[in-house]
Amino acid sequence: MTLLQVADLTVRHHGPHGPVTAVDGVSLEIPAGRTLGLVGESGSGKSSLARALVGLSPVHSGRVLLDGRAAGGRTLRARRRLGRRVQVVFQDPDTALDPRMTVRQTLAEAATAFRRLDRPARAERVAGLLDLVGLDPQLAGRLPRQLSGGQRQRVAIARALAVEPALLIADEITSALDVSVQAAVLNTIRDLQRRLGLAMLFIGHNLPAVCHVSDAVAVMYRGRIVESAPTADLLRAPRHPYTRALLAAVPGLPPAPPPPDAAPLPLAAAEAAAPAGGCRFAALCPVGPARHAERTVCTERDPQPGAAERPHRAACHFPPDPDTPGPFRPGPDTPEDERS
Amino acid sequence: MPRILRLPRSPLAWTALAMLAPLLLLAALGPFLWGEAADRPDVTAVLEGPSLTHPFGTDNLGRDLLARVLTATRLSLLLACAATLLSAGAGILLGASTAVLAGRARRWLGALITLLLAFPGLLVAIFLAVVFGAGATGALLALAVAGVPGSARLAQTLAAGVAGTDHLAAARVLGLRRHRLILRHVLPNIAEPLLLSTTTAAGTALIALSGLSFLGLGVQPPAYDWGRLLGQGLDRIYAQPLPALAPGLAVLYAALTFQLLGEALAGGAARRPHRAPAPPAPPAPPAPPAPPAVGEPAGGDEVLRIDDLTVELPTPDGVIRPVRDVSLTLHAGEIVGLVGESGSGKSLTALAIADLLPAQARVSRRTHRLLGTELTALPAKERDRHLATTLAMVFQNPASALNPALRVDTQLTEAVRAHRGAGRTAAAAQAVHALRRVALPPALLRSRPHQLSGGQRQCVLIAAGLMVRPGLIIADEPTTALDVTVQRQVTDLLAAVRRESGTAVLFISHDLALVAGLCDRVLVMYAGTVVESLPTDRLADSARHPYTRALVESVPRLTADRGQPLRTVEGSPPDPLAPPPGCPFQPRCAHRRDRCAAEAPALTGLDADHRVACWHPLPAPATAGA
Repeated sequence: MTLLQVADLTVRHHGPHGPVTAVDGVSLEIPAGRTLGLVGESGSGKSSLARALVGLSPVHSGRVLLDGRAAGGRTLRARRRLGRRVQVVFQDPDTALDPRMTVRQTLAEAATAFRRLDRPARAERVAGLLDLVGLDPQLAGRLPRQLSGGQRQRVAIARALAVEPALLIADEITSALDVSVQAAVLNTIRDLQRRLGLAMLFIGHNLPAVCHVSDAVAVMYRGRIVESAPTADLLRAPRHPYTRALLAAVPGLPPAPPPPDAAPLPLAAAEAAAPAGGCRFAALCPVGPARHAERTVCTERDPQPGAAERPHRAACHFPPDPDTPGPFRPGPDTPEDERS
Repeated sequence: MPRILRLPRSPLAWTALAMLAPLLLLAALGPFLWGEAADRPDVTAVLEGPSLTHPFGTDNLGRDLLARVLTATRLSLLLACAATLLSAGAGILLGASTAVLAGRARRWLGALITLLLAFPGLLVAIFLAVVFGAGATGALLALAVAGVPGSARLAQTLAAGVAGTDHLAAARVLGLRRHRLILRHVLPNIAEPLLLSTTTAAGTALIALSGLSFLGLGVQPPAYDWGRLLGQGLDRIYAQPLPALAPGLAVLYAALTFQLLGEALAGGAARRPHRAPAPPAPPAPPAPPAPPAVGEPAGGDEVLRIDDLTVELPTPDGVIRPVRDVSLTLHAGEIVGLVGESGSGKSLTALAIADLLPAQARVSRRTHRLLGTELTALPAKERDRHLATTLAMVFQNPASALNPALRVDTQLTEAVRAHRGAGRTAAAAQAVHALRRVALPPALLRSRPHQLSGGQRQCVLIAAGLMVRPGLIIADEPTTALDVTVQRQVTDLLAAVRRESGTAVLFISHDLALVAGLCDRVLVMYAGTVVESLPTDRLADSARHPYTRALVESVPRLTADRGQPLRTVEGSPPDPLAPPPGCPFQPRCAHRRDRCAAEAPALTGLDADHRVACWHPLPAPATAGA
């Protein structure tokens, strides 16, 4: 069953030079209990999408369906209906928690946001939540400044889980953490997916981290989703040249030689304006008109509309043969089978 | 408990309290003690000057002025405080609301506050006092309304800081109601500065109220406050100054008290929360006498050699040693990675090499040789010059590393013109060349930093470093703020620079995979010490220190089995104020034995290229094919 369905969502912000389209006609779905990873570079619109989904930014156009019903709206009633099902965790561990509230107060506030709990039940719930995210219940009396960055992020996750949402949106939650701490938080996320059957939208720019926790991955570029596919398929045979460039740029351990066809994009052209109506990646694309002059279709026709019909949804006029391997051979993918 | 309610320590705070106490006493007891005397007319002693029975004289009904001044304390203070509380309450509510309102409502409210601020406060107060009608209540309301915009603007500014935080966004997603957001999440976080400014505002309100009463717009007879008394005394100020001066002094005293109190509260809030006073810094370890040319003579290609580098930093809680006995050597054309997690001391090591540590830091090192010149022996001025012409730094945040006010060409040519005495044209030609090397068009020379993307800025910084033809580039997390495809270009650029000009690069990062792809050698730092030094090709599977191994295994990989949990390290890094005895990693190490807690292991060589600081290094894996 589809938990979240987003159709043609557009989000605009007020910029100093008029409106800026941060999210441009994005469609995606998240089935119940599944995790969709969303990767892209800074400014690609990932966070704007997340904020629009939880009602923090106004939606310009498009539909968001939650459990098949339209979600969103500006009334408190609509917000609360959304908040009961969808919760969010943000990037910055420094401001994630109210500095004046103890962990206990923060979690109790979230746990009582939608239902009444008496004092003993509240204490039990707080302890249960801390245990759920792998924290010592003794930490309940601490203030945020007495916690490490990883601990704060876990409290923020616990706060989001306190309302027992069906969908958790994680917006770059490990970006500000050290690697060993990131590993612990990623493990906690995997554990929660398994134990709670939680559906997630896991947003990040670190591809390995996102792929580690996601069943499917969507790649975002300049406000658009250019490719989305099950994680293993995306890693095995990426279809969009941008995805291939992204994968090729990921440093590996041990380092992998960069694949020959994903030439690094010229930095000087990185700021090139997108041609109106065409593909946004055309100026940088290694298979586009910059290298193949006859492929004018890239600058003339938007590849987006036909994406749904193309193999694993790549918004590209010239996707490579389905058998072309990507730069990485993904590892075994046991958890998907385990959970289905 | 809020910090500002704790016992004060500064003399300022004690002075403020000492001045406040009699005011409060007078306000509480004055009317009981002197109220009767203040209202008792005495036709035999009308308009008398100071005398023994009437130290401040009497008024036109023969009432004792001293008693009247003392009695008026209560009304004057009450009115001032009430006006302040009303205006602060309304203003803070308005201002704080901007944090929880959305879109258009917020913009309108902000515009309203700005508009109201444009009217001068006292003028508004006088106007309103006339509108409300002369009298204590009218004056009070007038002043309260006039004070609203100021406190609203302050609260709005403070609330804007809270509005952008993730915790407020999370609370909104929880569906909390607006009043709860304000009361629970916004107000507590801005209360402290607001309380301070409100206290100071009370002093201003007192003066303003006295002014209104003085003008006859405030308190009406038979009631009286200080302003009223001042007005009555003024008629005969040339004959008898005291009846006018006394209430004036009372106003001055009270206003000063509020001002001081506000200052003292602000001072208390600005100080750090309760901490033990820092113990006096122990004397820096005596610099060991420079060994006269001990060790090998500087090899022909040795670029940097630093031995036994230790950095001490004083903090409010005591002196910490974030870098301890770090030694490293770089050869020409070598890229060495320095990895570690936040707080491991890697950035401080880099700053110490570049002599850029904050002034209060104490550095000791046995050798600090850069391109054959021993820096410890040089006078400061020459050391700076040598560093400026042989070493280039690239920092993490390209947005703040360039001066936003200067054009790219000015910043590129600054160093060569200052240190090499290059002319304007020669320097400009060099700048074009340097930009070409980092694959940027020369047209960029005329742009300003804000016109460049993050990756371009970082490349400009590298180009600026190349201008002096450095022997060493220190890159401190140069790609952390960049996207992955741009990161690849920056590391490729560093590799190309090394290849073309034989420059040594010290590459500092927390990203093991990135370091593995770029560097020849890696030093792993933990809690201020180097725990392992090894060639990068061994990093993935042959690290011998338990910490390095754990760090490597905690990196998520695209090719890994997603069903397996990632490796984590239990516990957290040691408290720099109380480092554990023995090996710094020992409290978190799964392989620790008795010796680990007793003695700190030194960095010892396993073979020519591989050194590890561990008493019980992990066994090397079986080599491939075995």
